[in-house]
Amino acid sequence: MKREIPILLVGISGFIMFLQYFVPTDWSEELFKYSQDWVIVIGILAMPLGIWSLIRANVAKLKVPDERFYSAVLLAGFLAMVLTGLSRQSLEMGSIHMDLFTYLLIPIQATIFSLLAFFIASAAYRAFRARSVLATILLVTAFLVMLRFIPLGPFSTGNLSAVAWILSVPNMAANRAIMMGIGLGATATAIKIILGIERTYMGHD
Amino acid sequence: MTTYQLIGNGIAAFLTLCIFSFLYKDNPFYKFAERLVAGVATGYFTMLLFWTNFQDKVWQPIVHNGQYEYIIPAFLGVIMWTRFSKKWSWVSRYSIAFYIGIGSGVSITVYLYTYLFKQLQATIGVPISLGFAGVNTLVIVVAVLSALFYFFFSMPHTGVIGVLSRFGIYIIMIGFGAGFGLTVMGRVALLVQRVIFLKNYVIALVGG
Amino acid sequence: MTFLEKMMQIDRRWIYLAIGLAVIIPTIKSFNVPVTVSPEVRKIYDFVSKLKPGEYVFVCVDYDPTSMAELNPMTIAIVNQAFAGDLKVIFVTLSQFGPGMVEQITSELAEKHHKTRGQDYVFLGYRPYPAITIMALGVDFRVPFPLDYYGTPLDSLPMMSGIKNFSDVKGVIEITSGNTADFWLIYGNGRYGFPLALGITGVMSSNYYQYLQSGQLFGIIPGVKGAAEYERLVGFPGEGMEQMAYQVIAHSVIILFIILSNVAYFATGRKKSGLGGGAR
Repeated sequence: MKREIPILLVGISGFIMFLQYFVPTDWSEELFKYSQDWVIVIGILAMPLGIWSLIRANVAKLKVPDERFYSAVLLAGFLAMVLTGLSRQSLEMGSIHMDLFTYLLIPIQATIFSLLAFFIASAAYRAFRARSVLATILLVTAFLVMLRFIPLGPFSTGNLSAVAWILSVPNMAANRAIMMGIGLGATATAIKIILGIERTYMGHD
Repeated sequence: MTTYQLIGNGIAAFLTLCIFSFLYKDNPFYKFAERLVAGVATGYFTMLLFWTNFQDKVWQPIVHNGQYEYIIPAFLGVIMWTRFSKKWSWVSRYSIAFYIGIGSGVSITVYLYTYLFKQLQATIGVPISLGFAGVNTLVIVVAVLSALFYFFFSMPHTGVIGVLSRFGIYIIMIGFGAGFGLTVMGRVALLVQRVIFLKNYVIALVGG
Repeated sequence: MTFLEKMMQIDRRWIYLAIGLAVIIPTIKSFNVPVTVSPEVRKIYDFVSKLKPGEYVFVCVDYDPTSMAELNPMTIAIVNQAFAGDLKVIFVTLSQFGPGMVEQITSELAEKHHKTRGQDYVFLGYRPYPAITIMALGVDFRVPFPLDYYGTPLDSLPMMSGIKNFSDVKGVIEITSGNTADFWLIYGNGRYGFPLALGITGVMSSNYYQYLQSGQLFGIIPGVKGAAEYERLVGFPGEGMEQMAYQVIAHSVIILFIILSNVAYFATGRKKSGLGGGAR
């Protein structure tokens, strides 16, 4: 019963919400409203799970000599934000809490992702070679798209038109086919979940 | 910049350089900055969640507004925490069942509408003609069908199906090439923004 | 080992150095880069500029500092245009660091355009589970957000009087670097049918042209180039246009790398590579 009743709940709630879409009555709209509202509340209370996991793991790492310093840094950062965020007004610009957000969080997060520019340049040099017909097609298309940035006089006008055509015709067609496949797969997964065929979300006993 | 902003941006510039140092090799400065951001981000999200989500959607309705029906989803949210217990983790399945069921039920219709019906309509809805737009439409129809055939593995890719699926993979490669070209722009933009920040900070520091 | 063979196996840190130097050049001597506006960007500009003063637009700021380089310029340009046109703007975020982004932008631009919170713009705040939040917003903004980000009941905000859900706004502009774009398409436009436009990063932009063609989107601002185009249209030059000189140099260097590596590859007669051959 530890798995069967939840699976039954999934099936019943899923089927009801599927049918709700086709029932244009007031009580159907109320049902929809309450279901969304309640899921938001569940989500809000479930979110701290991840936070607790991270804190618990790093408190445990304080006992490990090699990890102690870095875990302490993480916990110090966490505590600094908690202690400076003890009022709702601390979420507004001008507070110490938001200054820590601006001067610590923004630069580090932004810079971590800026490293990708170096990695993509390195990948372009080391792996982007016309080894085959398919690789050549990919390379030529990428070339044309990248050339948009280089002002090359009359060639630029033609290049911009070509790239606009590439993006709105073949690129669009490729992505449409991929998205249609994804949409069908996602729909099939949702149906399988409601019918109880897909149960991986339950975890293991 | 005020002195406070100069100090704050100075710390930001130092942390930026700590992250950039990873390009040479992994080092304690990089690890320090990486762990610091994880802690700061978690702390920020914790307080945001508490003040704007928990307060507004749980505490205020139940305690101040007398909307006791919210006790039910609040209870379902709290029992999610039993996931941490090996003995009681099965209890959390009831919460999971509720939102997975609702989420799956509402998705079916909108997934089909967004990903399938509207896309099919757009593919075959424009009339094919001899003009530029009409020829483009023909190219789109053939390209979409070919790309779909490439992913259809229930029959062997030989004969006409083979030709179509070959054309399909060529179309897909054009899509990936376009994606790569745009990705380069995106990644470079991230780096440029940090360089502009460092430039502006140096100017502010030196210029006063 | 020949020079070309050495080039094939160069330490990647030399490549990093070359890119680093490439983006430093414009800091010493910058230059203007002509920006041509693409139709998909112009459509969003035209949509916003045709709105009358007092009409409502919904702006969803769903990104965090990792992608602010591309998305902040376009957000600032759109909000500048909206505030200059005396539109009422409702902000929301479904990204956990989005509130910080919105706070930075609104605090600066509201002061610049003399706009008052609650009367000219509202920031609803952040909620997790984007799909559910979008569907709840479509019923009534007060369902997921009974209070705004600052703790003020929505019903007590002058601007929100008579405004219930998406049918009361002229359109939604979603600015994102993640899968919230798909959620707005599926659960927003798919369920409620409101006009939707996207401001997205370069990485994602090639994946959304099919929705433009099908009419599910009325416009796309693709990455920092799109942001520069929008800034040019709006007449408020910002970081988007400032980035273009750097983009020219960096792209030139990367294109050069690709040409060099392919020349070396073919000149050394390499038919197979340790990095994968691919189908013929």
